[in-house]
Amino acid sequence: MIKVVHYINQFFAQIGGEEMASYKAELRVGEVLGPGLALKAGFKGEAEIVATIVCGDSYFNENLEQAKADILEMVKSQKPDLFIAGPAFNAGRYGVACGTICAEVQEKLGIPVITGMYVENPGADMFKKDVYMISTKNSAAGMKAAVDKMVPLALKLVRKERIGTAAQEGYIPNGVRVNFFEEERGSKRAVDMLLKKLAGKEFVTEYPMPSFDRVEPNPPVKDISKAKIALVTSGGICPKGNPDHIESSNATRYGEYDITGVTDLTSDTYETAHGGYDPVYANEDADRVLPVDVLRDMEKEGKIGSLYHFFYTTTGNGTAVASAKKFADEFAPKLKADGVDAVILTST
Amino acid sequence: MRLELGSIFIKDIQFASELKIESGTLYVSKDALRQVVLEDEKIKGVEFDIAKPGESVRITPVKDVIEPRVKVEGRGGIFPGVIAPVDTVGEGKTYALKGMAVVTAGKIVGFQEGVIDMTGKGAQYTPFSQTLNLVMVCEPVDNIKQHDYEQAVRLAGFRVAVKLGELAKDLTPDETRVYETPTIKEGFTMYPGLPRVAYVQMLQSQGLLHDTYVYGVDAKKIVPTILNPTEVMDGAIISGNCVSACDKNPTYVHLNNPVVHDLFDEHGKTINFVCQIITNENVYLADKQRSSDWTAKLCKMLDLDGVIVSQEGFGNPDTDLIMNCKKIEAEGVKTVIITDEYAGRDGKSQSLADADAAADAVVTGGNANEVIILPKLDKVIGTLDYITRIAGASDKTVLEDGSLEVELQVITGATNETGFTKLSAR
Amino acid sequence: MVKEIERAGIPVVHVCTVTPISMTVGANRIVPAIAIPHPLGNPALDHDEEKALRRKIVEKALKALSTPVDGQTIF
Repeated sequence: MIKVVHYINQFFAQIGGEEMASYKAELRVGEVLGPGLALKAGFKGEAEIVATIVCGDSYFNENLEQAKADILEMVKSQKPDLFIAGPAFNAGRYGVACGTICAEVQEKLGIPVITGMYVENPGADMFKKDVYMISTKNSAAGMKAAVDKMVPLALKLVRKERIGTAAQEGYIPNGVRVNFFEEERGSKRAVDMLLKKLAGKEFVTEYPMPSFDRVEPNPPVKDISKAKIALVTSGGICPKGNPDHIESSNATRYGEYDITGVTDLTSDTYETAHGGYDPVYANEDADRVLPVDVLRDMEKEGKIGSLYHFFYTTTGNGTAVASAKKFADEFAPKLKADGVDAVILTST
Repeated sequence: MRLELGSIFIKDIQFASELKIESGTLYVSKDALRQVVLEDEKIKGVEFDIAKPGESVRITPVKDVIEPRVKVEGRGGIFPGVIAPVDTVGEGKTYALKGMAVVTAGKIVGFQEGVIDMTGKGAQYTPFSQTLNLVMVCEPVDNIKQHDYEQAVRLAGFRVAVKLGELAKDLTPDETRVYETPTIKEGFTMYPGLPRVAYVQMLQSQGLLHDTYVYGVDAKKIVPTILNPTEVMDGAIISGNCVSACDKNPTYVHLNNPVVHDLFDEHGKTINFVCQIITNENVYLADKQRSSDWTAKLCKMLDLDGVIVSQEGFGNPDTDLIMNCKKIEAEGVKTVIITDEYAGRDGKSQSLADADAAADAVVTGGNANEVIILPKLDKVIGTLDYITRIAGASDKTVLEDGSLEVELQVITGATNETGFTKLSAR
Repeated sequence: MVKEIERAGIPVVHVCTVTPISMTVGANRIVPAIAIPHPLGNPALDHDEEKALRRKIVEKALKALSTPVDGQTIF
């Protein structure tokens, strides 16, 4: 039997309205309250609500750290397989509380969580990327519809089954791209979309264009002839044999290689792990991607201060932005700590 | 231009002493085909095998997939400028062997050859689990250069496909369909009220092992130009491609380009399908700029109302795609683009390397980074020796029980960007 | 990667062929390269000419690093 702990606010526990919103978090073992009854009916015996936690919305938000810690302990004490909060519909503080506590339980206890709320609930924007939340109507009149979606998705999460798209499962889109098979092949969908676009009718793109974040440029290097320069590349240059097995595509790792004493990258010593471009030229002479030879010359001539003794490398071929970000988050502080003044990053 | 395309349904393939097609069965003489393959001195040996839908068979590393066809009436021959002499194709009568394919496989060339599973989870993702496959595993001579090897295998596949196609020349097709487009002027009079639509096909042309050929011309050396949409049905465009298996267009897809076919379905009813525009995806920025400028210019000159743009591959071609879309939209031509995504194994990353607000109508072939487990299958045609090196695999790919943990990337045709399959993502 | 290096407080120049991608991903100092398979080289040249070409691009990159910029700039 799947054990469930359910979180609701003072209102849905029928303790009271706004005047009771400062109600302190409370664990009621063996009780099923309000929306819990609908959930219980929905589970049809496949899962059991073993305890309900009731907490006032104001109490939760005004005593955030305390409330989080207390509720976490309460959940933990029940050793549940699943945690459900709400649904919160359009109740703002309740939505934020549901999102907050779901994210906390998921992270700290590692069990599946689910909540539900109206898409305009402030809690939706804050937590839709962290936890599954069913998209509900804006009032408790939508309770049945909400529970009808929460139950199957919750069971899938517990059973670690494949989760479908937002449209299929009814959760608020969380920015995670999920594959599925359409009814029609892609070319037919493109023709249909074009016909709608030509007729000025509404159409839905399958991939809304993202907005990109920006970072302010740093001030320039004052005296390049004194500067320590580091080389970084997404062109996959690595010592011959690719010792760290950097993948040719969608890399999950990067390499850090010492080039102390190396003045030229030759075909005997270096190659590329990159699978997205013709590797012949880089394998012949890796300086074509990572200009170690030229920088060594300039170092000798005093045109630059020095070339940093490590270079960092990965393959930027279909590599997830998140991975690339993670790599640089790891090595950039190292560069900073070692007094690197500037970086030349080369891409293929 | 008018092309009558006859379908000859192949229901079985068997090895025999004689090459022939009889009552829907293709009989293959290995010796006869071996001769055709070994015409090229760069190939030392070849093994033939047959893989049927539902069998516990994995084919890898897959290079190309080809549908045998033959020209029955009209100018030119199949694969003009490559196998047949150069002549404009796309008119007259052509027969295709339906329900089967020639699959070329063998020792790996680049990083990016594919996997075709005939059963199990992987079979859901590749369209070529549904065809009867005659697989040729080629072995090159020793010390051959990568690109010579790629070319030798590519051409051998075409020679074999043409040889098989010719067996159908005197048969009666099971089904016939006519594809016809008018000239520009005729089109205006025939379909005065219908929006003028073209298909802009981007051809992979990044370098030695990432190439496409048009009438034998390396696509990176073309400027954008116009084709009659029936030309591809006679093999005007062929693949010479080792980009990721999931989103390269095997020659089979060029011959059966789904955008061409689905636009023909609407032709004369809701649209006037004017032409196909082909452009490339080169590695120099100036080339990218020139090609997208010209594509937009052609759309304008042809007085188009709308286009569908399909991409091939990913990464820097995302920029070609966005440049094409942006510039064509700026000419007032409504644009729908077809691409696929590299959103990371968790689906949380940026799907494309480039983006623009003008790209407001996108069809996606799905996230190529999604990880799936391919079960161990009874038989491997080709070799699993290189499986960990194929793009989308890693040194952790082979699991203890012999199953494979891979990204969809490794599967031939899984996220095809001409919309050849039903996979998508949201 | 380029943004995370910049965020760490180190000026960075992105040497790449497809500058529009570099613009989209948010590099601030961008120096155009030769071609995707050989950004800092050209196999058609002999070794010395090729190295001189590479030196020019590297010098341009170093110049970009010594130049103040307001926003995204292609040198």
